[in-house]
Amino acid sequence: MNAGEYSKTELMICVASRLFEDGTTCFIGTGIPMLAAMLASKTTAPNLVPVFEFGGTGAILEELPLAVGEARTFHKGISALGICDTMETAQRGFIDYGFLGGAQIDPYGNLNSVTIGDHDHPKARLPGSGGGNDVGTHCWQTIAIMQHDARRFVPKVDFLTTPGFLTGPGARDAAGLPPGTGPIAVVSTLALMDYDPTSCRMRLKALHPGVTVEEVTANTGFELVMPEKIGLNEPPSKEELHLLRDEIDRDRFYI
Amino acid sequence: MQILESGIGEMIQPYDLDEFREWNRTKKSRKLTDKRMSEQEAIAQFVYDGCYIGTELYGTVRCPMSLAREVVRQGRKDLRVCGQGVLELDLWLAAGMIKKLDITYIGLEVYGTTAALRRAVESGQVETCVEWSNASISWRMKAAAMGVPFLPTRSMLGTDMLKYSAAKVVADPFTGIKVALLPALILDVAIIHVHRADKHGNCQIEGISGFALEMSRACKRLIISTEEIIPTDEIRKYPDQTMIPYYLVDAVVHAPFGSHPGEMAYVYGRDEPGIKEWVETSKTDEGAREYLDKFIYNLKDHNEYLELIGDKRMKECVKLRERRVA
Repeated sequence: MNAGEYSKTELMICVASRLFEDGTTCFIGTGIPMLAAMLASKTTAPNLVPVFEFGGTGAILEELPLAVGEARTFHKGISALGICDTMETAQRGFIDYGFLGGAQIDPYGNLNSVTIGDHDHPKARLPGSGGGNDVGTHCWQTIAIMQHDARRFVPKVDFLTTPGFLTGPGARDAAGLPPGTGPIAVVSTLALMDYDPTSCRMRLKALHPGVTVEEVTANTGFELVMPEKIGLNEPPSKEELHLLRDEIDRDRFYI
Repeated sequence: MQILESGIGEMIQPYDLDEFREWNRTKKSRKLTDKRMSEQEAIAQFVYDGCYIGTELYGTVRCPMSLAREVVRQGRKDLRVCGQGVLELDLWLAAGMIKKLDITYIGLEVYGTTAALRRAVESGQVETCVEWSNASISWRMKAAAMGVPFLPTRSMLGTDMLKYSAAKVVADPFTGIKVALLPALILDVAIIHVHRADKHGNCQIEGISGFALEMSRACKRLIISTEEIIPTDEIRKYPDQTMIPYYLVDAVVHAPFGSHPGEMAYVYGRDEPGIKEWVETSKTDEGAREYLDKFIYNLKDHNEYLELIGDKRMKECVKLRERRVA
């Protein structure tokens, strides 16, 4: 790839990394969220406190973790305890952000990682919730990171694994989920989305460079809320690409 | 307490707290006896067809892989299994040993979904998948460890997870907020791999403890495999390091590199080619069978497994270990 060129995945990771707020606690799911967290901690959020579900808290992310329990999730960390500690910390309101992936997402930010098709006779059995449901329940704000296509951005998820706004305004509170929690953004390979505060439906916020609104709508299986003004995401900087390619994912597991 | 909603998932392992207390009183010795035995003896003695079993931590991290392979070698069947897993549960699925699952996550992490899980579930070989989040299954064990019938949580509320679990939603009798009640989970057998144990079963773990604390106290039988057997004097010198006290333990199996091809914090790192070999071969049923032949059925025990892998690769893994630096 020539200088200045980048892949859609690299761009998605860079845009996601810029959403991390310095000095906050973040629950990091497996995969792309790990790369985004690592990039953030090397750029805009050096005081980020990453929390990994099996017990690693406050690691210095020098090498890319390939699993949520491996030693890199507590490398030079603050603590290495167990899953009950991290999950209970989230449940009592100590985790600011949760970064998640999934196989499907719907207009209300609900995620599916359990089955495609009927639960008891699935077309495809996916890995399962893991900590996803817990993160979407207990973290104050959650951000989803997904490939953008109409198979993944669906009107209704086949299995509601991780709660977004459920069926719309007021539904989280009615279900008993902690007040004040919920999804705030989706970073995809095409754009950055947030949620319309009135309807709780996904809203286009900013396009990736070179992507059109038509391209986004064609790859989304439901109607996105369109704001009056649509922003434009900055392309990856030279520094971001260098960090991603030469430090974070040297072995090309993801990019 | 009025039940507001009930999950339709099967309670695969119903609990009986008083029976568990009686078990702990009469079936678990307080004597400091020598519990060391071979992996064959431990699995033969404590893991039986149809039992409800769990492993800790998971697949590529401090996982009792040598014992998981021995369970396959001895051909246990109709297992009812809880948890998250990577390679260990994948092997059991590929060998057709699992009948029912309290599932949280079974996947290959960086390498995506598992074909072995897909084949086993989509074909109906696994009869039931009851869904739980990772926190929920851990708290179910915590409830059993506490000796109480359930723990309340807000996890799974409002989702299909609750619907396909065996949890129940009630209003908190004190404040009225909704909570999901997670039933205690008492396992028939648990298998845990640790860094160090003495011959009685007192165990030390380094790095994250996953859910070792909860699972070790939530099971009727506990088999420990350990990288190292240490003198009891060492245990008594660092009592604050004992994660699992001996009276919880039924068998101690010495298993150096017992988590291979996964890692062991501060001792050895992941064997990436070793993990990838399963990822690739398990894509087809035939490939998975060849893997099982090569690494399990054709070998007598863990020692032969280590010989097959060879010193050179193990030394590479040791080089990749996490180091204690500031």
